Amino acid sequence: MHNDAVISLSAATAVLGSRPVLRGIDLAVQRGEVVALLGANGSGKSTAVRSVIGQVPLTGGSVELFGTPLKRFKQWARVGYVPQRTTAAGGVPATIREVVSSGRLSRTRLGLMSKTDKAAVEKAIALVGLADRAKDSVSALSGGQHQRVLIARALASEPELLIMDEPMAGVDLASQEILAATLREQVAAGVSVLLVLHELGPLEPLIDRTVVLRDGLVTYDGPVTAGEALPGHDPHHLTKEDCHPHAAPAAASPVPTGLLT
Amino acid sequence: MLTDILSTAFMQRALIAAVLVGITAPAIGIYLVQRRQSLMGDGIGHVAMTGVGLGFLMQTSPVWTATVVAIAGAVIMELIRWYGKTRGDIALAMLFYGGMAGGVLLINLAPTGSNANLSSYLFGSLSTVSQEDVTAIVLLAAFVVAVTIGLRRQLFAVSQDEEFARVTGLPVRALNLLVAVTAAVTVTVAMRVVGLLLVSALMVVPVAAAQQISRSFTVTFVLAVAVGTVVTLAGTVASYQYDVPPGATIVLLAIAVFVALTLLATPLARRRARAGHSKGQDNAVAPVAAKV
Ligand SMILES: Nc1ncnc2c1ncn2[C@@H]1O[C@H](COP(=O)(O)OP(=O)(O)OP(=O)(O)O)[C@@H](O)[C@H]1O
Ligand SMILES: [Mg+2]
Repeated sequence: MHNDAVISLSAATAVLGSRPVLRGIDLAVQRGEVVALLGANGSGKSTAVRSVIGQVPLTGGSVELFGTPLKRFKQWARVGYVPQRTTAAGGVPATIREVVSSGRLSRTRLGLMSKTDKAAVEKAIALVGLADRAKDSVSALSGGQHQRVLIARALASEPELLIMDEPMAGVDLASQEILAATLREQVAAGVSVLLVLHELGPLEPLIDRTVVLRDGLVTYDGPVTAGEALPGHDPHHLTKEDCHPHAAPAAASPVPTGLLT
Repeated sequence: MLTDILSTAFMQRALIAAVLVGITAPAIGIYLVQRRQSLMGDGIGHVAMTGVGLGFLMQTSPVWTATVVAIAGAVIMELIRWYGKTRGDIALAMLFYGGMAGGVLLINLAPTGSNANLSSYLFGSLSTVSQEDVTAIVLLAAFVVAVTIGLRRQLFAVSQDEEFARVTGLPVRALNLLVAVTAAVTVTVAMRVVGLLLVSALMVVPVAAAQQISRSFTVTFVLAVAVGTVVTLAGTVASYQYDVPPGATIVLLAIAVFVALTLLATPLARRRARAGHSKGQDNAVAPVAAKV
């Protein structure tokens, strides 16, 4: 089973400032699986995700990507990352196409963009429904449109694994449906997904498994059960009553629910 | 008048130096502005003063000693940015003022040095640009152009979103160091023409001017270099013609261009808004949604 995990985080601990933020997390995503990471604000979701991509150093435990320890992992083109961010604007104007193109660097590295690379960028922009705005400056976009640009940037490398930190934040319901459709296509093509969410929304049918974090510990790891185990549409339910009745031991091994086809 | 200018050997040298400064300063400056480190050039300029002082003391060309010291300073600044998160600003202040004080002290210790000499490096001076200086400037400028254009996509990504750039597998630290070193080299390229105290202005103001009327990074880059080249050439000629200091003239011209483009930008944006209005907000969404 271990061999088929695209992400495997075991007994991970991390400290930010002087606070222990991750206190021993086990989290695995199998090939083709869609896992939603849930939890209240400050529960350590972003930290967990950022430790997977090496942005937060672990103080204990280990991370593997595609079966390779993170330190030795080099095939970054296989990973698409959407950070939790409200803006991707730098101090100089940049168009949507320019920003999305940087997602392709994991394939081109220090080389030039080929025709294939350019086509992949255009395709990624079209996938998030911004094709007719490709030449617009990212600073002229709304928050939700911005979020879609970040998703397109992650898709540009045609990754096998998508890691997304609250990709739906600030995206209206209509656009969420579009992104859900985009994601469904990706998943159907065999892409594995780890995403942080506050509410499942239109993504719910796609999700194979949810993992709930609380104060840097896993309090639930299992299938999306109907209704009560989920935060529903009210994030307040998340930390208290809803997660507890179904809480699994933190060290329990992940329960994959099969591949989505 | 132009032939008169071009026939003077020192003006030929000055104009070559000016064009190269006009190209290189905005070319690296755009990445500093993008990273919101607009004042980095100023810091490096201060540190480079120690290098100039050292050159006088050792009686070698101050351009090379300034290059070495500026690079060392830029690398230290980058290291402070990595490791010195909490007291970083204090450490930078020490570096800047230490560099400036070191320069003043060393030049006064040097047998041939004087404050008058130093001042030509602080504010730029056309008549003192030697053939040796020009050779050094050409070599250094070639390096800056190769880096800023050859690696533009990589430097763009690193300057736009460092965390994302790391996940693409780019050598982010190496690229950050390269930006710092290139900025340091540019400071010494520009030192003879605009002077160490005004170098940073030429890295930042043409970029600020260009972005008033552009929506893309590429256009901003091209426009900024164009603005930089025009103002350095015009400033150099004006400096010769009216016997005014070149650095100050060039910087004031650049600011004038900035103001002009800012005034131009408002009606331009309004026209674009009107043109783009018919496009609507999310037209592209419908066909994609329909497809899936
Ligand atoms: N750079 C930092 N330095 C110190 N503490 C930090 C830092 N970043 C985050 N923290 C702390 O770590 C804890 C977990 O943060 P994290 O960003 O992982 O939460 P999250 O679950 O993603 O929350 P949200 O839902 O708000 O995005 C928080 O209590 C936060 O205060
Ligand atoms: Mg978060």
